[in-house]
Amino acid sequence: MAHASVTPGEMSSLAHDEHTHPGPGLYVKIGLALFVLTALEVGVYEVAFEHPGNALGTALRSVFVPVILLLSACKFALVAMYYMHLKQDGKLLSGVFIFGLILAALIIVGLMLLMAYHHAFARLH
Amino acid sequence: MATTAVGHAPTGYAPHGHAPKTGLWSWITTVDHKRIGILYGATAFLFFLIGGLEALLVRIQLMRPDNTFLSPETYNQMFTMHGTTMIFLAVMPLSATFFNFFIPILIGARDVAFPRLNAFSYWVFLLGGLFLMASIPLGLMPDQGWFGYANLTSNQYSPGLNVEFWNLGLQILGISSLAAAVNFFTTVINMRAPGMKMLRMPIFVWMSFITQVLLLLSFPVITVALIMLMFDRLFGTHFFVPASGGDPLMWQHLFWIFGHPEVYILILPSFGIISEILPVFSRKPLFGYAAMVFSGIFIAFLGFGVWSHHMFATGMGPIADTFFALGTMLIAIPTGVKIFNWIGTMAGGSLQFKTPLYFAIGFVAMFIIGGLSGVMHAVAPHDLQQTDTYFVVAHFHYVLFGGSIFALTAGAYYWWPKMFGRMLDEGLGKVHFWLMLVSFNLTFFPMHLVGLLGMPRRTYTYPAGLGFEIYNQMETIGALLLGLSQLIFLYNMIKTWRKPADAPADPWNGATLEWAIPSPPQEWNFNEIPVVHSRDPLWEAKRERGGPLPEPAKVSGAGIHLPNPSFWPLMAAIGVTAIFTALLLIEKFHAVGIIVAVAFFLFSVFKWAFEPAG
Amino acid sequence: MAHDAALDAGHALHPETTTGIDNRKLAIWTFIGSECMFFASLIATYLVYKGKSLSGPTPAEMLQIPLVTFGTALLLFSSLFVVLALNGAQRGNRRQLIIWLGMTLVCGAFFVGMQVYEFQHFVHEGLTLKTNLFGASFYLLTGFHGTHVTIGVLWLATVFVTALRGKLPPERAMNLEIAALYWHFVDVVWIVIFPVVYLMKD
Repeated sequence: MAHASVTPGEMSSLAHDEHTHPGPGLYVKIGLALFVLTALEVGVYEVAFEHPGNALGTALRSVFVPVILLLSACKFALVAMYYMHLKQDGKLLSGVFIFGLILAALIIVGLMLLMAYHHAFARLH
Repeated sequence: MATTAVGHAPTGYAPHGHAPKTGLWSWITTVDHKRIGILYGATAFLFFLIGGLEALLVRIQLMRPDNTFLSPETYNQMFTMHGTTMIFLAVMPLSATFFNFFIPILIGARDVAFPRLNAFSYWVFLLGGLFLMASIPLGLMPDQGWFGYANLTSNQYSPGLNVEFWNLGLQILGISSLAAAVNFFTTVINMRAPGMKMLRMPIFVWMSFITQVLLLLSFPVITVALIMLMFDRLFGTHFFVPASGGDPLMWQHLFWIFGHPEVYILILPSFGIISEILPVFSRKPLFGYAAMVFSGIFIAFLGFGVWSHHMFATGMGPIADTFFALGTMLIAIPTGVKIFNWIGTMAGGSLQFKTPLYFAIGFVAMFIIGGLSGVMHAVAPHDLQQTDTYFVVAHFHYVLFGGSIFALTAGAYYWWPKMFGRMLDEGLGKVHFWLMLVSFNLTFFPMHLVGLLGMPRRTYTYPAGLGFEIYNQMETIGALLLGLSQLIFLYNMIKTWRKPADAPADPWNGATLEWAIPSPPQEWNFNEIPVVHSRDPLWEAKRERGGPLPEPAKVSGAGIHLPNPSFWPLMAAIGVTAIFTALLLIEKFHAVGIIVAVAFFLFSVFKWAFEPAG
Repeated sequence: MAHDAALDAGHALHPETTTGIDNRKLAIWTFIGSECMFFASLIATYLVYKGKSLSGPTPAEMLQIPLVTFGTALLLFSSLFVVLALNGAQRGNRRQLIIWLGMTLVCGAFFVGMQVYEFQHFVHEGLTLKTNLFGASFYLLTGFHGTHVTIGVLWLATVFVTALRGKLPPERAMNLEIAALYWHFVDVVWIVIFPVVYLMKD
């Protein structure tokens, strides 16, 4: 498909690729990071729940949900930014993904709040 | 400057076969967005008439107190099918008619991003509609309301296959909409002509684009709700069964998280159509373009935060009620902005009183009324009086019929010459308009009053002596006249069809790109992809020329690349339908039926994936 | 720069787009955005109904961390492997492509196998779809995730076969990139499900 001139779309496409694609080395490092984060998640769980009576375990239990969510959020971000290439790609693709994500999170939280209140309310009446 | 009529093959055609294709097979394998649009339109209009018949039967039953024209069971089926048909098989696909025909042309493209996926969406829609309609001759019409509240929909209270027709039918239709949404989202972002920046796109494209975003984000939620209901009914789960801890309210939440964005899906394209028509027929650019874009975005965003205004009577508690009431009131603001901008467009303009303008003005007036009753619903305590009464029925018919249908009709009259090369008859158009306007108000205005008097929704009859009779009689007469107005429209279409296809490219002195190409367009739309410099490219071109543009030349299309037609989108659509039919008939065919259907579907997808797109 | 040229070669064949992004790539991300809402609804239902079962086994009683941790690791590594395969495809390194894509498939298949084993074990222990709200919401959420994984395995297997036949040169690497994006998404959903369902079984 020979083109007489470069169209704007093509130009932006070529310009876009002037950046360097990450090499395999970076990907392996991210993979190891993911493994470590997972180990941490499971480790936190083990200490908090499988070894009751332990002082560290008690402390971790009280912050368990935020810590676990934070660790999984890190994993999520690593896969999205590096494996799914969002870090290098334009903002549009990140925007499309993040918009869906935020709405999804809001819906989960909203439903949990509404139904929790509903259950509490129903129990009182 | 002779224009060739459609069907004539001009001399000098390229060996690529760009001659207009005819015959059934060319329609079955078409991937041309314009043909797909026409298929959507014809199919949707037919479903619209069927939905109208269902409404007429309801109205006849309600004409007299204690009437026995329809049994309670049949009545329930009628209003359920009327609602489901009108929303999913009429208004949405009528909007899709214009998405399909015009979005690529309005952005200066030759087709959508994925032409075969586009064809797939149509075939799935057709088959999904037929799936739902199949319930009619089988005497198994869904009867649980278009919103299917749990736990009325449980096996205990709805033992027959009626709910399955509704549930599985909607899942099929959801696949059609989702595929189309991915397609149009990608098309609008990625296939705009040079110079067509986002903020230069016609408002119809913007509103349709926002509609696709709403579809993408809301349909998955109802899909999950429908799947959960399907599992309850077919596989013994208890998501919505109170006796086992399930909560029917969960259905309502999931349904309305979809359902509220759905009503914006129904109206935003219409907002877009009106925003195209009013400037052309006022000979004046749209007032407040940017405000129109951003109010549309704001409405869509907010639309995800107001769903429980459908649930004020369920006892969510004062905090939830307040949150949703405030959100609902807030959403009136961007809507109001649009109304003022439409009025602002007309003010000081040189109004051309042709049929599209009549319907557009009718839209603005009716939508204002519908919006006002909507804001009344936002006031939660007041809603407790209005909910489940005819007041609500009045509200949504004003916005859906007075709104969407008026706008879609306006769009039909406006775009008919472009689509078919013929102008719809002006005289008949005006008769259609006035009859429709008067009969519409006769049908639905009294519903506000009888609703506030206490007449409940979805009830097959009412006793004498409550003062409901006079209103119901007016409404039934109105409904019959409304039906007559549709027949006049149909007659106009048929009469017009007999005329030669010699409409000019630009009969209305339009502002946007579709009026730069022949009526109807050649398969590849533009001989050369245009370069766009403004929001109203055609007005700009005419200004520069100092007068009207010459009739666009028709060319042979040699050297213009077009996608190949394909048989596989239809096959894949049959595969999808087969899967859900196997689920419908699971008692008979068990897992084997599903496996066979899935295999057929996968086979079609593989053939599709590996054939050259061309 | 030379290797970038090979990576860039893929873009030349495709029609120009307004943003420079391939249509199919934009489409798969759009689909992924939509799927976020699909899984959000399933996760929300799971969380709303958590602790509300009237009878029957609870998450704490049934869910086994060790097995699922292994499955989680499998899925994470499969994401690494598919990225390495894509890297190979973009560079024209056929060996790298085929080995790592093959490894991805192995991991994916094992994950599905693990899920099937887990489900069978639970059924044996008395947790079915019908047992209680936990059973229903758990099987629906993880079952649909597993279905998505299976579809991913099928898709990647198809790409694998085209690669084996020598029909995945650098210009066609986008075919793998899109399948890989879908695969990563499926992994990312599990990154959410694993802590929310398993680690928070309380």
